[in-house]
Amino acid sequence: MSNVKIFSNGILKENPVFVLLLGMCPALGTTSSAVNGMGMGLATTFVLLCSNMAVSSIKNLIPDQVRIPAYIVVIATFVTVVQMCMEAFIPSLYASLGLFIPLIVVNCIVLGRAEAFAAKNKLIPSASDGLGIGLGFTFALTLLGATRELFGTGKLFGLHLFPEKFGSLIFVLAPGAFIALGYLIAIVDKLRKA
Amino acid sequence: MEYILIFIAAVFVNNIVLAQFLGICPFLGVSKKVDTALGMSAAVTFVLTIATIVTFLIHKYILDSFGLGFMQTICFILVIASLVQMVEIVLKKVSPALYQALGVFLPLITTNCCILGVAILVIQKEYNLLETIVFAVSTAIGFALALIIFAGIREQLAMTKIPDSMRGTPIALITAGLLAMAFMGFSGIV
Repeated sequence: MSNVKIFSNGILKENPVFVLLLGMCPALGTTSSAVNGMGMGLATTFVLLCSNMAVSSIKNLIPDQVRIPAYIVVIATFVTVVQMCMEAFIPSLYASLGLFIPLIVVNCIVLGRAEAFAAKNKLIPSASDGLGIGLGFTFALTLLGATRELFGTGKLFGLHLFPEKFGSLIFVLAPGAFIALGYLIAIVDKLRKA
Repeated sequence: MEYILIFIAAVFVNNIVLAQFLGICPFLGVSKKVDTALGMSAAVTFVLTIATIVTFLIHKYILDSFGLGFMQTICFILVIASLVQMVEIVLKKVSPALYQALGVFLPLITTNCCILGVAILVIQKEYNLLETIVFAVSTAIGFALALIIFAGIREQLAMTKIPDSMRGTPIALITAGLLAMAFMGFSGIV
């Protein structure tokens, strides 16, 4: 499979949130606005890309029995890098994403790709897989964030599209996350089958 | 009084699943039957309480006193992963009956983000040891409550007619949304 195909596979056919149903916690917890969703998605993409590349390059050095803890240490290292960089350079985003940045460690997508793809493939395909899945995740989170922001406050990326009084606040609050994601998955499912 | 407030806030107002979105994977994954939901809740309660106490002590006496705060994420996840393994081994020897009951749910817990989430939350909230224990237990009870109610609803849901695309996860998410709305009614009591 060519690298381009591996890359596009992650965005559409194997979209982690809409199709594989992985990484639901950050998908629900950080998407109160499109910008937050995108920030979380890009942070995860960075971790996914780096951890896939690192795991792929050291795969022959790790004994099989301890591979999972070894992968977790690799992932946790990159998560700490993201956490510290974000705290230093974009403190406002760091404050709104809060707890979910350290929780990238337990995001099933990252460990899943390390185990299922990077541990069996060479450096370049692993990198394009990580980038593809990561951008697919970013796309899903941005879409969900945009939907919630639009219906909840009438804004899109902070731009007013219609007056705020027509928005229903429930979409920005917790129940709206579940309901919006439920409908988005149903729509994507319908489109894939059509 | 303080402890009762922590309890009510953690179980109802800031329910770990329905208000804070932690532990969604087991919430969606093992909620098809009430029995499995009970098993998972018991396993989570057990591991969550032990893991939070251990990570709290490690943070206080090792990371804090040597100025290693930046190692928090790496350290906690390794502690939790090895703790789950250890609990599994000990339980197998000491109480085979309990081990049988919790069975497959124990290894699944390592990837449950509410364990790491609560461990980090108690550090952020600067609780003392007793408050940490109360918070961990009540968070686990909140998780169990949400999971068992949800499993009960899904058992009924399995028998209803639903449009094809909505079947499975979508309808489960919308149901969870309605449940979250019900739990929003508790906000303001603490």
